[in-house]
Amino acid sequence: MPATAVEAEGLVKTFGSTRALDGVDLLIPDGTVLGLLGPNGAGKTTCVRILSTLLRPDSGRATVAGVDVLADPDGVRRRIGLSGQFAAVDENLTGFENLYMVARLYGMSRASSRSRARQLLSRFRLEEAAERPAKGYSGGMRRRLDLAGALVAEPPVVVLDEPTTGLDPRGRLDTWEVIGELVTDGASVLLTTQYLEEADRLADTIAVLDRGGVIARGSSDELKAKVGGERLELVIEDPIHLPDAMRVLAGIGSGEPSLDEQAQRVGVLVDGGAKSLVEALRRLDLESVMVVDVRLHRPTLDDVFLALTGHAAEIPAVQSSEGAGE
Amino acid sequence: MTSGVAAPRRGLVAGTAQVLRDSGIITWRNAVNIRRLPDALLSATIQPIMFVLLFAYVFGGSLGGGDYREWLIGGIFAQTVAFNVFFTTMGLANDLQKGIIDRFRALPMSRLAVILGRTTSDLGVSAVTLVVMSVTGLIVGWRIRGSVFDAALAFALLLLFSFAMSWIGALVGLLARNVEVAQSAGLIWLFPFTFISSAFVPIGNMPGPLRVVAEWNPVSAVAQASRDLFGNAAPPAFPPPGAWPGDHPVIYGALCCVAIIAVFMPLTVARYRRVASR
Repeated sequence: MPATAVEAEGLVKTFGSTRALDGVDLLIPDGTVLGLLGPNGAGKTTCVRILSTLLRPDSGRATVAGVDVLADPDGVRRRIGLSGQFAAVDENLTGFENLYMVARLYGMSRASSRSRARQLLSRFRLEEAAERPAKGYSGGMRRRLDLAGALVAEPPVVVLDEPTTGLDPRGRLDTWEVIGELVTDGASVLLTTQYLEEADRLADTIAVLDRGGVIARGSSDELKAKVGGERLELVIEDPIHLPDAMRVLAGIGSGEPSLDEQAQRVGVLVDGGAKSLVEALRRLDLESVMVVDVRLHRPTLDDVFLALTGHAAEIPAVQSSEGAGE
Repeated sequence: MTSGVAAPRRGLVAGTAQVLRDSGIITWRNAVNIRRLPDALLSATIQPIMFVLLFAYVFGGSLGGGDYREWLIGGIFAQTVAFNVFFTTMGLANDLQKGIIDRFRALPMSRLAVILGRTTSDLGVSAVTLVVMSVTGLIVGWRIRGSVFDAALAFALLLLFSFAMSWIGALVGLLARNVEVAQSAGLIWLFPFTFISSAFVPIGNMPGPLRVVAEWNPVSAVAQASRDLFGNAAPPAFPPPGAWPGDHPVIYGALCCVAIIAVFMPLTVARYRRVASR
């Protein structure tokens, strides 16, 4: 086994005048999970497509399980399992037939393809739906079937492109559980996501991608340290008091306070959690500033982006617009 | 870790074996799809039946009655298998749109197999269509008057033509931006392609330039070859086919098929290698 599951250096890819990837380096040590975090259009899917041999980079090099993606793409395909953003199952085939077909295309014999398909169906709790066409599956079931397809050949490296986008909370938890088991079994995983919470929960290291480049990398704790502890947001009753509130927050927070005049909202990153909240309210009370709403929450992807880049993540309202654009 | 996954195969013989094996799996998958969703097969057989009835009884009365009906069937055979190209186009465009092609491209399988599997399963559709057509023909008065060997040769040529046309359809399907584009791009050229031929009316009565196009159109050759091999004579009033392809329709038709495959197979595979997901 090579010591690195994935190693990429200086990946560049342009589509027309758009520079989708602008010199991306990635390193995934064996048996670990790398979370590739970023908004739509950041280049996550382009990275995934290059590493899974679906796309050739304009320049740069990459190896997967020690095999060069440009020199031996078939070698990479034998060692990688890909589960895409849009579950690529044949909806007219049954769950069993889908997995059987993938196993056969990996070069397995009929008998071992059958037993492998059965095995995966039971592992992904699809046994009861095994003989039904995938057309009738729920979104979560399709995702599980697609994920099972990626694991047919027990690949040492698994690439999951936004595995939980569009899933309900139950489906998301299910998928997280499966990914956890995968790592326990020794696979290395590249996971792309728009959700900090997801990267936080699953990834050993996180690389933050913005406009085709990695702008930060580290463990989720390291990233959060950069962002600060939590975000405190207050809505002030009288706009006249907004400057006072800003001054108070500047004294309490770990960063520059932000101001949304229209919503009469001020916010700041704080390290002290609830203590900071109480302290802020106490000082505002002393200054006779009336507060009408209070919120304290863990940093979101937006906060990470704000802290790292100074601009918001610009996640479009339509979640499914990625893929074509990247 | 890669239990049961075959080791890399090298060499021409092993490579060919993998292409055939993988194509077989894709053909099986397409066949299951057709069985679960028989609408496509249904429209593939209903349309030619409709053409037989329309031409045989709407035009046939003015064109030679029973003689025309017998002569017409060879043309409808050729037109029907030419339309096979449309099913290949739609099949691949659908697979692209649904992301299945990405799944296949990320697998260590033969690049050619996804297309070859599709053209092979569409060949099966054509075979079914030909059976339905033959029965319809028998009902309206068409007969096989030549030898069994000649009849078998005629069906073989029709299937070869269907297979060749499928490769054109594959390229169109992989080039189309989406299923809707594939649907119009896949169909629009088929009407002039099949109508400017001897499929429905004799070439001799067409105006000059159109006549030349029709004379060298492979559809004319395949239609004429079927008529010759099945022993179906033209109505007495029809001018003879004329030109070299008309006199040697079997050889010219077969050559066209080989040429189409030789040109479109490499183009299609090259396109498949770089096709982007939608």
